[in-house]
Amino acid sequence: MDVFLDFLIAKFNYWIYVILMMIGLFAMIAKNNLIKKLVGMCIFQTAIILFYVSIGVKEDARIPILTGHEVPHGGHYHTEDHERPYIDAKTVTNPIPHVLMLTAIVVGVSTLGVALAIAQKVHLHYDSLEEDEILAKVQLGNND
Amino acid sequence: MTEQFPILIIIAPLFGAILIALLGFRHQSLCLPTVLGSLAISCAAAVGTFLKVLEQGTVLYNLSGWERVTTPRGLFSVSIEYRVDAISGLVLVAIAAVGLLNAIYSKVHVVTETPNKVPHYYILYLLLVAGLAGMTITNDAFNLYVLIEISSLSSYALIAIGSRRAVLASFNYLIMGTIGASFYLLGVGYLYIKTGTLNMTDIHAALVTLPKDSPSIQVALILILIGLWIKMAFFPLHGWLPNAYAYSPTATSTLMGPLVTKVMIYVMIRMMLSLFGAEYVFDHLQWTNIIVGLSVIAIVAGSLFALSRSDLRKMLTYLIVAEVGYMVGGAWLANSIGMTGAIYHILSDAMMTFTLFMVVGIIITRTGKTELTAFQGLFRKMPITMTGFTIAALSMIGLPPTCGFFSKYYLVRGGIEAGQWAYVGALLFSSLINAVIFFRLIEMAYFHGGKAYGEEITDKDHEHHHSRGRDLDAQPDETLEQVPWSMLAPMLMAAASLLAIGIFNRPIAGWINAALETLNLAQGG
Amino acid sequence: MKPMKLAALLTVIVTGGLLLFATSDLPDWGDPLSPANASDLSTYYIQDSRDVTEVPNLVTAVLADYRGYDTMFETVVIFVAGLGILSILGQGKCEEPLAQPVASEQNRERDMITIITCRLVVPIIQIFALYVIAHGHYSPGGGFQGGVMLGSSFILIALTSGLPDALKRMSQERAIFLAGLGVLIYAGTGLVCMALGRNFLDYEILHKLMGGTGVKARYDSMLIVEIGVAFTVMAIMFIIYAVLSSKGRMRGGL
Repeated sequence: MDVFLDFLIAKFNYWIYVILMMIGLFAMIAKNNLIKKLVGMCIFQTAIILFYVSIGVKEDARIPILTGHEVPHGGHYHTEDHERPYIDAKTVTNPIPHVLMLTAIVVGVSTLGVALAIAQKVHLHYDSLEEDEILAKVQLGNND
Repeated sequence: MTEQFPILIIIAPLFGAILIALLGFRHQSLCLPTVLGSLAISCAAAVGTFLKVLEQGTVLYNLSGWERVTTPRGLFSVSIEYRVDAISGLVLVAIAAVGLLNAIYSKVHVVTETPNKVPHYYILYLLLVAGLAGMTITNDAFNLYVLIEISSLSSYALIAIGSRRAVLASFNYLIMGTIGASFYLLGVGYLYIKTGTLNMTDIHAALVTLPKDSPSIQVALILILIGLWIKMAFFPLHGWLPNAYAYSPTATSTLMGPLVTKVMIYVMIRMMLSLFGAEYVFDHLQWTNIIVGLSVIAIVAGSLFALSRSDLRKMLTYLIVAEVGYMVGGAWLANSIGMTGAIYHILSDAMMTFTLFMVVGIIITRTGKTELTAFQGLFRKMPITMTGFTIAALSMIGLPPTCGFFSKYYLVRGGIEAGQWAYVGALLFSSLINAVIFFRLIEMAYFHGGKAYGEEITDKDHEHHHSRGRDLDAQPDETLEQVPWSMLAPMLMAAASLLAIGIFNRPIAGWINAALETLNLAQGG
Repeated sequence: MKPMKLAALLTVIVTGGLLLFATSDLPDWGDPLSPANASDLSTYYIQDSRDVTEVPNLVTAVLADYRGYDTMFETVVIFVAGLGILSILGQGKCEEPLAQPVASEQNRERDMITIITCRLVVPIIQIFALYVIAHGHYSPGGGFQGGVMLGSSFILIALTSGLPDALKRMSQERAIFLAGLGVLIYAGTGLVCMALGRNFLDYEILHKLMGGTGVKARYDSMLIVEIGVAFTVMAIMFIIYAVLSSKGRMRGGL
C-alpha cells in the first residue's frame, strides 16, 4: 500500500493534469452548446499549463528571482571569471516552464477572445448557441 | 547583409502589418502597396536564403545574439535560432511566392468581399504569411507552437470574416485547431521533461542518448503527430477543412488552401527527421505499415468525396484531403525516394492547388456559379483562364511534363521500393479519379458550347441540366474574358511554375536528396 | 447516448489512457535532478544569466532576452487576436439586422457612488500598473501583467460610466494605433540591432545608442520591449472587452 501511495503522490500533478485535460477534451468534442465547448477548451489549456509548471518544480527551492542570498555552489561551470559565486541550481526553481507558460497563457487568452467573438457572430446569425439547432437552421437554408 | 536574409523573410510581413495598423486605417490606399512591398521583400529574401543554402549548406541564424554555450557534454543553444536547409529553403520560397502572387490576385476580391475591413484583412493576411514562414524556418520546438497559433488565429479570423456559413466553419476549425495545437504543445512538454531543452537539434542530440523504448517519448511522438494531423487535415481528422475553405473569402482560401496543410506536412517531416531522427522513427518504431495504411484510406476517401461533390470549391477541398494522404504516406515510406517524393509534392501540390483555387475564383466571380457546370463552354469564352486550368488539371492527373507527374513518379517508386503495394494502388486509383474529374471538366469546357452568358445567370433553373452538344454554334460571349490582368497574371505565373517545377525536377530532387543525406536518410536507406 | 458523445468518450479514454501510461515514465514531481530541472539549459539560466543581463528575475531575463523572439510573437498573438475580433465582430458591413434593439444610453441611470469610486480607483490602478511594468526586472511583473492592469482600468471606466465614456478616452482607432505601436516598439528594437550590424533582437549592440556597457544595454532594452508589450496588451484587452460586451456595435455595452 505504501509503495502504491508513494507512486501516486510522486506523480500526483501528472495524474491530475491528465484527468483535467480529459474533462476539457470531452467537453470540447461532446458538448452541444458552443460556450460549453469553450469552457472545455479553457480547462483543456489550463491542464497543459498545470503540466508544464509541474515540470519546473524543485522541492524546497525558491522562486526564480535571485536576491543575492542564494546557496553558493562549489563547482565550476565555465572557465570565465565570475564576480559572484555560482548558485546551486537545486535551490532555484527552473524558470523555463514559467516562461513558456506565460506565452501559453497569452495564447490561451487570445484564442478564447477570438472564439467568443466567433460564437457571438454565430449567435447573431443563427440566434442560437446550440450546435444541433444551428445545424438544423443551416440545413433549412442550405443555399446561402 | 546576406546573413540577415533569413530574418527578413519573417519580419518584412510583420513590419508591413505594423505599418498598416499605424497608418492604413486612415489612408486605405496605402494598404495594398505595403502588402505587396513587404511580401516582395520577403520573397526576395527567401530566394536569397535559398541560394545561400545551395552555396554553403545549412544556414543557421541566431536570434538575440547568444552564441551556443559550451559544456562538458557539448554545445547547446540558449536562445532561439533559425535553421534553413535546402528543403525548408524551397518551402520558404513557395510560401513567400504564393503570398505575393495571391496578394496581387486577390486585390479586387478583398475590396468587394470585405468592404470596410480592408486594413484588418491585410494585417491578418500578412501575419498569416509571417506565421507560416516562421514555422518553416524555426529550429525551436516551442517557438513553432507560438507561430502555429499566430497562423491559426489569423486564419480563424480570415475565414470568419466571410459569409455567415463561414463563421460556423471557423468555429469548428477553432475547436479542432486548438486541440491540435495543444496536443503539439503537450508533445513538446513530454520531450522537454525528458531532454531539458527546446532546440530541435539539441533535443535530437539528447534523445539519441536516452533509452529507445521510453514510453513517454513514444507518447510525445504520437501527440505531436496527432496534433499536426489535425492541423493538416489528415483523413479521419479532416472535418474542419472542407467547410472552412469552401465558405471563406476568395483571398483566404487561395492562400490557405495551398499553404497551411503543406506547411504542416513540412513540419511533420521536420519533426520526424531532425527532431526524432530517421533512425528512431523508421527503424526503431516500425509504424510505417500503420501510417501508410492510414494514408491509403485518406487518399481513397478524399478522392471519392471529391468525385461526389458538385460544388467546385468543395471538390477542391476534398482533393486537398487526398493529396495530404499522398504526402503523409510518402513521408512514412521510410526510404529516401518516398521522402523526396513527399517533399517534392509539397511544392508541386502547393502550386497546383494555388492555380486551381485561382482559376475557380476567377470562374466563380465571372459566371456567378459555384457548381461544376459553370465550366460549360468556358474555353471559348475564357481561353487564357482555361489554359491555366488545363495545365493544373494535367498536373493533378499526373501527366508529364507537369510537376504532378514527377512527384507521383517519385512517390510510386518509393512505394514500390518499400513494398507498400496498397499505397501504390491508392496513388494510381487517385490519379484515375482525378482524371475522371478533370477530363469531365475539360470536356465540358471545350465541347459544351453552352448558352450565352446572359441566359446562364438569369435562368437559375438551368444550372443542373445540361445536354450534350447544345447550341454549339452560339456566339462566344467575349465579355467573360474581361478578367483583370491582376488576376490572370498571377494565375498564369503559377501555372508556368507547374511546368517549371516539372522540367527542373532533377535539380530539385537532387537538392532535396542532398539535404536528406545530412539528416541521415541516405539514398536507398 | 448519442453517437457523438460515445465517440468523444472513446477518444477521451484512449487519449487519457495513453497519457496515464506515459506518466509512469516521467520523473517524480519536484525532483531537482530530473532531466528538465538539472539540464544544462536550466542550470545556465540560473547560474549565468544574471551576470550577463543584470536582471535578477530569471523569468524576465529568459522571456525578454534569451527567448525575446518568442515574446515578440506572443505580443503579435495578442495583436492578431484584437484585430481578428474586430474583423469578425467589428463595424464592418453588417449582413444581418441586429437581433435586439440597442438599449438606449439615456435610460440607464448611473450610480454616483460607483462613478466616484471608479474615479478614485482608476489612477491607483494605473500607477500600480506602471510600477508592475517597471519593476518586472526585480519582482513578478512585466509588460503582460502591467498591460492587463492598464487595460482593466479602462474596462472599469466602461463598466461604471458606460462604454461610450471609455471610448472617448480610448477610441477604437486609438487602440489599434497603440497596439500597433507596441509591436513596433518591440520589433523596432530588434530592427535597430540589425541596423547596427548585429542579429535581430541582439540588444547588446544598443549600448552604442544608449551608452554604458553591453550588459546595461540588455538590461535597458528589456524594459523598452516590456513597455511595448504593455501598450499592445492594454489596447487589445480593452478592445476585446469593448467589442465582446457590445456585440461589435461599440455602443451600449453591459
